[in-house]
Amino acid sequence: MTNLTDLGIAAIRDGFKAGDFTARDVASAFNDAVAGAKALNAFIVETPEIALAAADQADKDRAAGTLKPLSGVPIGMKDLFATKDVQTTAASHILEGFVPQYESTVSGKLWNAGAGMLGKLNLDQFAMGSSNETSFFGNVISPWRRNNGDTAALAPGGSSGGTSSAIAARLVPGATGTDTGGSIRQPAAFTGISGIKPTYGRCSRWGIVAFASSLDQAGPMARDVRDCAILLENMAGFDSKDSTSLDLPVPNWEAALSADLKGKRVGIPKEYRVDGMPAEIDALWEQGIAWLKDAGAEIVNVSLPHTQYALPAYYIIAPAEASSNLARYDGVRYGLRDLPDGANLQDMYAATRAAGFGDEVKRRILIGTYVLSAGFYDAYYTQAQKVRTLIARDFDLAWEKCDLLLTPTAPSAAFGLGEKSDDPLAMYLNDVFTVPTSLAGLPAMSVPGGLDALGLPLGLQIIGKALDEQTVLNAGLAIEERAGFTARADKWW
Amino acid sequence: MSVDHATVRKIASLARIAVTDDQVEAMVPELNNILGWIEQLGEVDTSAVQPMTAVIPNVLRLRDDVVTDGDVRDAVLKNAPQAEQGFFTVPKVIE
Repeated sequence: MTNLTDLGIAAIRDGFKAGDFTARDVASAFNDAVAGAKALNAFIVETPEIALAAADQADKDRAAGTLKPLSGVPIGMKDLFATKDVQTTAASHILEGFVPQYESTVSGKLWNAGAGMLGKLNLDQFAMGSSNETSFFGNVISPWRRNNGDTAALAPGGSSGGTSSAIAARLVPGATGTDTGGSIRQPAAFTGISGIKPTYGRCSRWGIVAFASSLDQAGPMARDVRDCAILLENMAGFDSKDSTSLDLPVPNWEAALSADLKGKRVGIPKEYRVDGMPAEIDALWEQGIAWLKDAGAEIVNVSLPHTQYALPAYYIIAPAEASSNLARYDGVRYGLRDLPDGANLQDMYAATRAAGFGDEVKRRILIGTYVLSAGFYDAYYTQAQKVRTLIARDFDLAWEKCDLLLTPTAPSAAFGLGEKSDDPLAMYLNDVFTVPTSLAGLPAMSVPGGLDALGLPLGLQIIGKALDEQTVLNAGLAIEERAGFTARADKWW
Repeated sequence: MSVDHATVRKIASLARIAVTDDQVEAMVPELNNILGWIEQLGEVDTSAVQPMTAVIPNVLRLRDDVVTDGDVRDAVLKNAPQAEQGFFTVPKVIE
């Protein structure tokens, strides 16, 4: 019999529907995998009973002929999505013990579609990080190791590092991520899986712990492109509770998947050839170009001249929004309260926030507070928002010459835990290829392309026009079919 | 522009985050390193550029001015560190 945890979303959905196995068998197999992988620290809360309850319901629904789109499919939920009656922390001490009395729109949609929850996945604290080293609940470890005998623990990427680690280790067939500056795409690249950040506004932000509201966007991560399309269809859609939600129908992305790119023009932005990028990544990029040509696409060179300014603009805008969003953690309404003896209300706020936020979160709140403070607002924040306009305009001009863009996802393969955590700036630079797309609100996806010399996965990024997730997914599929990426981490955990 | 110890204390106070002297000592070079790096945005000529207000064109929706939520006091208070008689409670604010 097939090992059920080797199956992806589509295979579970279809096999379950066909009666090859029960939903309870699937949920049990994944529950066991989760329980046996504590060494990865991918989960903050495990919810095997919730997965089983959803499975039992799916088994009943199958008997009754009332199957839903994700009946029988258990998934992981990034611990940034509020889940009713299940602790939701954003991987922060300040929200430890917070048990939402409501469900986020996106998670609610997935449960309504029949999916079950295996648990809440670890992440960088408040989604601020690129290595999952800022979680209050400990580092997530990538299942991948270098092939040179080095057993150093590697970063699964971040912020959706619990998600990427769990999928790569076959603990979940798919899961939710969120992406503010690359938090879906970079961890997907680091762990040899796929992930798509849809157009800003496709997925409701309601009930997702806010980091930078003009950038935050939920999206799926899974082992292949089809599975991402299936999950995204069940996550996207208009929500009146999110003022930036797009009131548009959700396309049938899965049904329209096609690896035929005839008539599509793929832009190669010259500014993404950065100094110091490993030759292997450059080579993979060239390979990706060849694959897309083979799929029928025409390759054109384009320029996105303001690319180098995207990261500094991001590190003004995102902290500015974060400093505002995180003002809500006051020790009064929910979460941690630290009330020193004799403290007044102001002291309580300051003590609570000092005790509850991690170092990186504090760093970003302070930067955000500074750039928004009187006298500096125009020099920093307004200038950054103007540069953001220019970055978005770069993409608009590129779309006159092409239909999608192909770039590497990250400038390196997964690095070791601790290798960059002492230098915030070095960590920020890892998002150099993902941040511009976030600033422009465009859909973008990472798919695995191959392995580097040390046996670690490398990803290719596909960037599309606003609302054109279909072309992004199709190009991802074209690469997936040609890359034939089947490598997986050897089980050591 | 760069920050000194007094500025870090000031912004920490504005952000309502208590900081120790050692933390301030560590944060000054860290923040200056980051701020020095973002300074490069000043190179970009933005004189004829409007600041971004929405990444994807969207309309600000209006809805009828009616109650759509509420009557959930206990749920609202459920996660409060301290709630009494249907209220959030805080330390005395009278000096």
